[in-house]
Amino acid sequence: MTSALFARTASKPRAGRPRDRVTLAAGCVVGLFVFLAVCGPLLVPHAPNAVDPLNVHAGPSATHLLGTDDSGRDLLSRLIAGTRASLAAPAVVIAVSTTLGTLLALVAAWFGGWLDRFVSGALDVVFGFPGLIMAVLVAAVFGAGLTAPVVALSIAYLPLITRVVRSAAIKERNLPYVSALQLLGAPTARIWLRHLLPNLGPLVLVQATIGFGYALLDVAAISFLGLGSQPPDPEWGLMVANGAPSILAGAPQQSLYAGLAILLVVVAFNLLGTGLSRRLLGEQA
Amino acid sequence: MRLRFVLTRLSLLVVTVLVSSLAIYGAMFLTPGDPATLLVGGSRDPDPAVLAQIHREYHLDDPFIQGYLHWLGNCLQGDFGKSLVYRDSVAGLIGTRAADTLALVTYAAVIVLVTGTVIGTVAALRGGRTETLVTTLTAGAMAVPTFVMAVLLIWLFAVQLPWFPVYGSGEGFAGTLKHLTLPAVALALTWIGYVAQVTRTAVRAELRSEHVETARSRGVPEHAVIRRHVLYNASGPVLAVSGVGIAGVIATAAVAEQAFGTGGLGSLMIEAASKQDMAVVQAVSLIFVVVFVVINTTVDLVSAALDPRVAQKGAR
Repeated sequence: MTSALFARTASKPRAGRPRDRVTLAAGCVVGLFVFLAVCGPLLVPHAPNAVDPLNVHAGPSATHLLGTDDSGRDLLSRLIAGTRASLAAPAVVIAVSTTLGTLLALVAAWFGGWLDRFVSGALDVVFGFPGLIMAVLVAAVFGAGLTAPVVALSIAYLPLITRVVRSAAIKERNLPYVSALQLLGAPTARIWLRHLLPNLGPLVLVQATIGFGYALLDVAAISFLGLGSQPPDPEWGLMVANGAPSILAGAPQQSLYAGLAILLVVVAFNLLGTGLSRRLLGEQA
Repeated sequence: MRLRFVLTRLSLLVVTVLVSSLAIYGAMFLTPGDPATLLVGGSRDPDPAVLAQIHREYHLDDPFIQGYLHWLGNCLQGDFGKSLVYRDSVAGLIGTRAADTLALVTYAAVIVLVTGTVIGTVAALRGGRTETLVTTLTAGAMAVPTFVMAVLLIWLFAVQLPWFPVYGSGEGFAGTLKHLTLPAVALALTWIGYVAQVTRTAVRAELRSEHVETARSRGVPEHAVIRRHVLYNASGPVLAVSGVGIAGVIATAAVAEQAFGTGGLGSLMIEAASKQDMAVVQAVSLIFVVVFVVINTTVDLVSAALDPRVAQKGAR
């Protein structure tokens, strides 16, 4: 159904150039951070956990471009090295919830009836359970670490993905070409894989991109609360918390830079998501 | 309002609370070891005699469902068990901290509702530069996580400009207000952005609608058009989003409490979770979920009462 998809996108009004540039810039920021997450440990100027007790809270200098933290560790190296931990956990959350959510949405939309009502009802229940509270509860059972929040958030993000994909899948399923394919005797699996999934793909991609920003924010919040990454990991949320006591001593660098890194990535993913949505789904989506 | 819609919403409320409580109770059995160790506080070496006593008190040797019903029954009667970490009854721990959280959440909710709706309405009515400025600022406010906003506010308004105290929750009404201002603002900002944006869109949509055009062309004075036709009709979505805002403030209160050390139910839950003191975590998360779900349901019902079309759509 690539021709149908093309016809659909081509008939929508084109996005203006300045907006495209914003999306491109957001994409570049996302790309840069993904690159740092993969190659960061090879690029750091100092060992991220090397302490230097004689050089704590140092300002920016040639050796320490962003200065040092309360133990004299190089802040730039810690921010770069922390990209991996900060991005990997939300990536797992989004991968799990998007895969499971799309599958649930397709099943609910395809079979309809009581199955659809059950899935929607179950998701309403999950939606009534705040993700942060769920993560704290699971962390209490499994102890602090990134596993518990990733499991809890994967469940908490299910309704966000599934609801949107389900309503789109119902619309798609009711299009005449689907019944035509069924009448031609096309196997259900082939209709799903060759037609429904490719047509829903752009929507899933947009939802996953926007969801990633929020997932990163939630994981960082849990690490900030002390229930996620543990010291001395240079995860950004944990760095914000580690730097908090130094703020009163007049050394806000660690918290502010780590907070800025989180903000930058969240905003970049958000702009990329809305830009993609305009390009792939049209203006009104 | 359709009775069927009310019944659907209320049964969803009951089911959500029941399933959530089952999950909250059942979570303890996911541990690879003896769930009783979580009730002692997992970090210490528990005494076998204490463990046996906990097994009896919490009915851990009974079938799962019986233990659950026993726990839920006790919770409904206000008996949340004992915390061996804090050496106090869980209900007592909650009682001393609930007021702090209530004050913070109320303060933040008032800020969200007043600021969000006023900013959104003004932006839509003034249009032009004001609207662009508000849209940009609110989008920015929504992107800053609560805990980052917290450290930013501490740095700006407690260190650079020493206007507000940072830790504790203060004495007396004025003291409490002063101590809770920064946490409440940090907690409110995300949701101010959210409420303001939805308010702006709703008011904008009404301004462009045909009935407003008609009223104007009939010579109805502008202030009456705004009040009776625009604001009244925009109140539905504004109310709905306000409810979402309040529910969001409650769900993230824990972050603000922990960031500012104000102490309250949220920081109690987090502290208990890091000590693996399960009885406390279970009780506090149950309270949070119930309050969260009740607020969401109330908002749905009130929106349906204001606009019967919501009930027709919602009943499916």
